[in-house]
Amino acid sequence: MRFRHEFIEKNAILLLVLTLLTVSIGGIVEIAPLFTIETTIEKVKGVRPYSPLELEGRDIYIREGCYVCHSQMIRSLRDEVERYGHYSIAAESMYDHPFQWGSKRIGPDLARVGGKYSNDWHYQHLTNAQSVVPESLMPHYAFLQKARVRTNLTVLKMKALRTVGVPYTDDDLKNAVADEYAQADPNATTTDLLKRYPKANMVPGDGRGPTEMDALVSYLQVLGTMVNFADTSEEQLQQ
Amino acid sequence: MPTDIEKDEISGQYTTGHEWDGLHELNTPLPKWWLYTFYLCIAVAMAMFVLLPSIPWVHSYWHGTLGYSSRKVAMAEYAKMESLHADASRKIAAMSLADIRKDPALLETALTAGRITFANNCQPCHGAGGQGRPGFPNLADDVWLWGGKLSDIQTTVTHGIRSSDPDTRYSAMPTFGDDILTAQQIQQVADFVWVNFYGHAEPGVDTAPGAKIFADNCAACHGDKGQGGRDFGAPPLASHVHLYSESRDTIVAQVTKPRLGVMPNWGAKLDPATLKSVVLYVHSLGGGEE
Repeated sequence: MRFRHEFIEKNAILLLVLTLLTVSIGGIVEIAPLFTIETTIEKVKGVRPYSPLELEGRDIYIREGCYVCHSQMIRSLRDEVERYGHYSIAAESMYDHPFQWGSKRIGPDLARVGGKYSNDWHYQHLTNAQSVVPESLMPHYAFLQKARVRTNLTVLKMKALRTVGVPYTDDDLKNAVADEYAQADPNATTTDLLKRYPKANMVPGDGRGPTEMDALVSYLQVLGTMVNFADTSEEQLQQ
Repeated sequence: MPTDIEKDEISGQYTTGHEWDGLHELNTPLPKWWLYTFYLCIAVAMAMFVLLPSIPWVHSYWHGTLGYSSRKVAMAEYAKMESLHADASRKIAAMSLADIRKDPALLETALTAGRITFANNCQPCHGAGGQGRPGFPNLADDVWLWGGKLSDIQTTVTHGIRSSDPDTRYSAMPTFGDDILTAQQIQQVADFVWVNFYGHAEPGVDTAPGAKIFADNCAACHGDKGQGGRDFGAPPLASHVHLYSESRDTIVAQVTKPRLGVMPNWGAKLDPATLKSVVLYVHSLGGGEE
């Protein structure tokens, strides 16, 4: 019997099934290999999961919608490399769920803002951006200094992230709250914290539990600082 | 598939072959130019598929016969841009700051590079033109915390202040409110600083006890006449240039629990020529010392 397209057109279920099959091919071809291709995530040293305080800071970053005005993605374009530093690589956001690449730059890109300014500057800038950058359009976030981080939820967040592949150890989970307090306490011993989370930036909290602003500053200060690009070669990144 | 194509008698055109309750539709083909442009686009897409990175395989992907990589292109353009002023950069990196100042053309290049670098990296704290803000020193006046000579500025910019650099400039004013001085003593020393150094007349205030406390606790760094101590980055209290603000409350707060400013170590982020350029720029803002 000759193949008749009319048969498909006149059979709604068959048409639906075959349509789904056809459109899904594009998706499968484009997405599925990302999980198996070895060069999707560059092999670089230094990228670690966020410390508990940084993780809370990241959640505040998302809650306040910082991503609406700030990107975290230095594209591989000359002018961006010139202004912001080395282009972003996939490995730098491999523990981000979801990533904060963003798509809008009303404010500057933040992918490498870590260490660029002092903690004091960040507190002042978040409290009243125009007091340090007169032409800034950024809203004021002084209220973040009034709210304490709900540290009892941090462990749950870390556990949730672990189920999607962020390598938090049992030790990390056990010490989560202690680490969270230590990172925002100038008088705390931070040896263990720094062993678990190298390059973590201490923020000057009052020692009575981190505020939301402490958490946010600790997050901002670690952005883009984990990978030491001197350790890796351009050839390797250009695979 | 059209099943029942027939010629329409009135227009002389063929129908599409579909039929809806007795209605037939004339088949009006697309213009030829449109159709061939469309085919051409498909052909170009096929060619690009081969030339550029395109289809992913299981463990790798098709790299394309041209070997294109956006990262490679960006870095090549970056290198090309660097090469445009490579001569100047090499000279600035190799020459001493004093020698660069003697070469007007090179100095102009360095100051331009310095101005751009300053705007991108330093301005958020020190302000456009280096006028400073509360907590972030003015770089355009004659009052310096750690010194205003070219070499002083170079050290500060390279290693930062209380930064993570092992050679950072470092000092920590004691927390006098922490059992070193009583609340009353802090008020007395604040009176002394407020009247003698800041120059506010306060009739009836006895500054003698404060003077004694100052001499015993503060003069070692800030100088007995409040002239400051650059070895410790101790502000010259008698200079009428105030890091935080000119208020008596600020003195009390600072003595009780000092705020210790931090500056990043730019040596870790800027290349030597850029760093020297920004040093020359800061020196040129108005307060540079010889």
